[in-house]
Amino acid sequence: MATQQTQLLARTLLTPAVALLFIWMIVPLALTLYFATLHYNLLDPGSESFVGLENFRYFLTDPAFLASLQNTLVLVGSVLAITIILGVPLALLLDQQVVGLSIVRLMVIAPFFVMPTVSALVWKNLLMHPVSGLFAWIAHLFGLPAIDWFNDAPLFAVILIISWQWLPFATLILLTALQSLDEEQKEAAEMDGASAISTFIYITLPHLARPITVVILIETIFLLTVFAEIFVTTGGGPGLQTTNIAFLIYSQALIQYDVGSASAGGLVAVVLANIVAFFLVRIVGRNLEA
Amino acid sequence: MARMVTTRNKVISTAAAWLVGFLIFFPILWMVLASFKTELEAFAIPPSFLFFHWTTENYVTVQERSDYFHHALNSIIIAGGSTLIAMLIAIPAAWSMAFSPTKRTKDVLLWMLSTKMMPPVGVLVPIYLIFRTVGLLDTRTGLVFILCLGNLPIVIWMLFTYFKEIPKDILEAARMDGATIGRELIYVLTPMAVPGLASTLLLNLILAWNEAFWTLNLSTLEAAPLTVFIASYSSPEGLFWAKLSAASTLAIAPILVLGWFSQRQLVRGLTFGAVK
Repeated sequence: MATQQTQLLARTLLTPAVALLFIWMIVPLALTLYFATLHYNLLDPGSESFVGLENFRYFLTDPAFLASLQNTLVLVGSVLAITIILGVPLALLLDQQVVGLSIVRLMVIAPFFVMPTVSALVWKNLLMHPVSGLFAWIAHLFGLPAIDWFNDAPLFAVILIISWQWLPFATLILLTALQSLDEEQKEAAEMDGASAISTFIYITLPHLARPITVVILIETIFLLTVFAEIFVTTGGGPGLQTTNIAFLIYSQALIQYDVGSASAGGLVAVVLANIVAFFLVRIVGRNLEA
Repeated sequence: MARMVTTRNKVISTAAAWLVGFLIFFPILWMVLASFKTELEAFAIPPSFLFFHWTTENYVTVQERSDYFHHALNSIIIAGGSTLIAMLIAIPAAWSMAFSPTKRTKDVLLWMLSTKMMPPVGVLVPIYLIFRTVGLLDTRTGLVFILCLGNLPIVIWMLFTYFKEIPKDILEAARMDGATIGRELIYVLTPMAVPGLASTLLLNLILAWNEAFWTLNLSTLEAAPLTVFIASYSSPEGLFWAKLSAASTLAIAPILVLGWFSQRQLVRGLTFGAVK
């Protein structure tokens, strides 16, 4: 009897959250799906008509789509590579005996707490400005020509900024994982005469495989829809050089007011994210049982 | 001998760690320094690192010319409001899943997680049109609503992982002693849940404060929080680096402090308990 009551109570407590999330997920998605089949432009009200899959054909064959898909993949891949290749040694370093470790940790983690619009604008102006930026000055010190980041290598400039924001995240997660590594295992390996390198390859690296996977999946989900950093630095340009899928959809929706095409694009983004989400949810689910 | 090697290693790793830490932190430091320079000095080459004319005029200008506090207040209301409402909805849900799990609890949790995976840009169009129709564009209410829903899965997840760690035996003991559900909640559960509640609150305040997709797309002026205010510096006139730096320093300072307190919970919250 009491159990039944408890179960009823439990269900009542859970319902609001489930209902809200369900509406939040299903209503916009259904609307996106619906809009995607319409010819619908906000600048041309009253002309809505059903066009079937025309918007998908338009969006997917638009040269801008291929360019932005490529930019998205380059951006996600590069940031992942940079944050993990730098994050692993950095986490290993912070796992050593370091005097004042807590202060170092604070400095390393800080960029993650800086809002995207701030980091993008500070990097673009104070650091990467081709004349008065700090990087230009450093280049001159070494007798090198200054790089005009946002003209000569705009996508790379955006990648650098985003990597700076996400390096702390990768480092912190890898560090947390390292600290749960069994010290005895490492000591035993050392006793057996294993070198530092083989300890790293055969003990540390396998231990890091899972956290690295988690970092890759979570970063990918956020990086697929990078927006603010591009919005405030390049506006997608020059040309389409820094337009990713998120920015392309934004510009179709809120600059060209082409609701139909932007909705089709939105669904493409949902599909892309779901491929990643599928794997992440499986990993998290497996952990839930343990 | 072994001892010497250890000391030497410690010196090397300390030096390396401080160097790397300083390099990573440097852009923030450089921004804070620039906020105390005059516009001319902030733009000057070669740059001055410490020996410049320190001034606080930028902080005054930022408030006078662009009403900084209006946007700061918006940030506080939007981040605080959305987090509090999300907590109110999430606490009962997480409590129920942690203490009365059913066969479907795992599926429900994973489904909630999957709603967080939906890219915001995928639903930008309908949300924008709905907001336009019901007059929620550029309102704090609208942003509170969206950010609350956006962060709800993370809030529920974090609370669930914390609640699950509270030993059930204690609750049973309290029940045996004749405690009612109300008393059980107030005297037994709440004190044990406070640390988890606090860190969930903190992490989600940070996420909401820094959210820069919905805020940029759904607000322009009236409801614009600091993310949008800072973005207005992307197309400025004249010299603006010192003012940008001052506004940015003010915008990130409170969250940097909160963030530093919550770094441990960060891992847990952002990996949905997959890494602890």
